[in-house]
Amino acid sequence: MSTNHGANVGSSPNCPQCGFQLRQGGGGLATSAKLNPPRGVVETWAPVLEAATREVFEVMLGAPLTRRENGRHPPVTELTGMVGLAGYLSGILSVRCSHDSATRIAATMLGTDGPEAKQQLRDALGEICNMVAGSFKSKVAGLDEACVLSVPSVISGADYHLYSLVHGASIFVEFEFDRTPLWVTLDVECD
Amino acid sequence: MKRLRVLIVDDSAVMRKIVERCLRQAGLELGEVSEAGNGAEALNLARQTVFDLILSDINMPTMDGLEFVRQLQTTENAGKVPVVMITTEGSESRVVEALSLGARGYIRKPFTPDQVKERVAALMEGVQ
Repeated sequence: MSTNHGANVGSSPNCPQCGFQLRQGGGGLATSAKLNPPRGVVETWAPVLEAATREVFEVMLGAPLTRRENGRHPPVTELTGMVGLAGYLSGILSVRCSHDSATRIAATMLGTDGPEAKQQLRDALGEICNMVAGSFKSKVAGLDEACVLSVPSVISGADYHLYSLVHGASIFVEFEFDRTPLWVTLDVECD
Repeated sequence: MKRLRVLIVDDSAVMRKIVERCLRQAGLELGEVSEAGNGAEALNLARQTVFDLILSDINMPTMDGLEFVRQLQTTENAGKVPVVMITTEGSESRVVEALSLGARGYIRKPFTPDQVKERVAALMEGVQ
């Protein structure tokens, strides 16, 4: 579907093509400068992203994460879970990890090492991503009301490039889960 | 003691399993546990079976949890079934909307088995 959310939609609150709620007062989703958070604010959110991710893993998996800080940018991994954010925050939150790591996540969530864990690894990664996004927005004052989440998606396979249409700030945190790396990235529009 | 007929609604199969496990850990006597992947599937099931408890996600494809609760209220024999929303969406306006539509409780993801027990057990005291 070709849908231009950047087009001038006047005062209509919804995209006439897909029903997606558009920002009011500007020329579309991404062009209303006064509604985007300042870059300086976004760049302070890495500790919040870290806390949200830790909370989800500790509560839902009973598995504390180890923080890794080697400064390298998140690579393309075998699996990428993604959740879209719309409203005051416009962007994508992603969780990237290996196939083995996602299998361990699913096995821990389901409480089984059986074949069900392999069958449900994408479902599990998507749900982890969804919960991290929800936890993150609950920890930033005002975001719960001002931002909505999409249903999660998962990309499988490492032979791709992810081009976000978001032109703004990107923050990420790297963890170790069950001796394998895992990255959580937030790409959002900002001023 | 009556065994509860429960409907768990979530687009994540993993989350449906986790919710069921939490209910068992909470000490509830479960009978038949049914699952639905969205509100439309859940509504069809609720029209065929009278459940004692429904736990539903909000953010789902096809029909979300709020629309499901809204339509459930007008469904014969199903309108009085207690519904607990379980979701990542914790905004006050959505909580208020869910409760005003007829939901009886609200659990935010991520959740512990104790949180599920606390919300559901109190709700079920009069049923079991």
